Amino acid sequence: MWPDQIHKELSAAAVRVVGYVPDAGHKRLIELCQADKKMRAVVLSTEEEGIGLAAGAWLGGQKSVLLMQSSGVGNVVNVLGMVRECRFPLVTLVTMRGEQGEFNPWQVPMGQATRTVFEAMGTVVHAPATEAEIVPTVNAALRLAYNSYASVAVLIPQRVIGIKSFQDQTSR
Amino acid sequence: MKRRDVVRSLLKNRKDLLVVAGLGSTAWDITAAGDSPLNFPMWGAMGQAAMMGLGLALAQPKRRVLVITGDGEMLMGMGSLATIGVQQPPNLTVVVIDNERYGETGMQETHTAHGIDLNGVARSCGLKVVDFKNLPAAIHKAKGPHFAVVKVDAEKIPLVLPPREGTLLKARFRRALLGPKADAE
Repeated sequence: MWPDQIHKELSAAAVRVVGYVPDAGHKRLIELCQADKKMRAVVLSTEEEGIGLAAGAWLGGQKSVLLMQSSGVGNVVNVLGMVRECRFPLVTLVTMRGEQGEFNPWQVPMGQATRTVFEAMGTVVHAPATEAEIVPTVNAALRLAYNSYASVAVLIPQRVIGIKSFQDQTSR
Repeated sequence: MKRRDVVRSLLKNRKDLLVVAGLGSTAWDITAAGDSPLNFPMWGAMGQAAMMGLGLALAQPKRRVLVITGDGEMLMGMGSLATIGVQQPPNLTVVVIDNERYGETGMQETHTAHGIDLNGVARSCGLKVVDFKNLPAAIHKAKGPHFAVVKVDAEKIPLVLPPREGTLLKARFRRALLGPKADAE
C-alpha cells in the first residue's frame, strides 16, 4: 500500500513533525504517523496552520511534512509567501479531489486550480500519474525540499485514491 | 501600560529564550528591546505567529519558546489556540500585547475593543492563562502551555525595524540555535 511506503520514506528522511487536516485519502498515512513514536502528528484546525508549524519546526532544526486535501490548498496561499521569502523547505502531500471521476461539484473549482495556485506562489509541483510513481515522487520531493530549500507539493491523483461517492467516503 | 515597557520587561534577562513576534507592532517591540539572532520577527504570514511558536517548541523541547503577538494577529489565527491546546507543549508561552487596535493600518478597533476575551478563548482551549506578574515564571520555568493578554495603551510610537530579508532572519536564527549543524542539514 502506498501510504505505508510513504510512511517509510518519511521515517527514513527523519521527518519528525506531521501536520494534517483530517482527510479520507490520507486516513491510513495519518494513522501510521500517529502510531509512530518518533513522529509528532499535529491535527490542525485549518491547513494554514501547517505552514507556520513546518516553518517553526525547521527554525528549530526538525523536518516536517504537511498532509492535506486539494480543497485546503486555497487556504494556504498567503502564508506560502513566507515560505518563499524565507526559503523554508516544505513538503506538502495533497490528495486530489475535483479531478478524475469527482462526484461533488463543489470540489471541482479548487481541485482544478490546485497546481496553478501552488505554482503562482513558487511551490514546485510533482504530479505522479500512477500509483507506482507515488513513492519515488515523495522520495524525490523530500530530497528536493530539504537539500535545496524548496517548497514542493506532491499531488496524489484522485484515480488512485478511488473514492467514488459520499457513501464510499464515509464508509472508509 | 506602555507596550514597549511590557515587552522590554518580558525580554529582560531572556537568557537563551527563543522569541517569535507576530506581524506588526510586536515585531518592532521585540526589536526595540534589543535585536537578537534568536528573535524571529514576522513581516507577513499574519495569523501564524502562535503556530511558528508551536513548531519551534516541538522541535526544541529543552528550550523555552515565547510568542509575542498583537490582538489582531492572534484573532486571525484563533484556531491555532485549539491546535496548541491539543499538543500541550510545556515549553511554550503566548503573550498577546492587546491595544484593541489594528496598529499598522490606521488604528481601527479590533474585536477585543468590543469585549471579545482572548484569555477566555485560550482557557477554553486548554492553555494556562497567567497574569502579567506571573509571566516571568511562566516563560522560563513553569509547565505550559501558557497564555496571557496584556492590555496596553493604544499609542502611535516610532517604528524600530528588524532586518527585513526572510532568508537572513531564518539563517541567523538557525545558526544561533543549532550551530554548525544549521548549515550541514
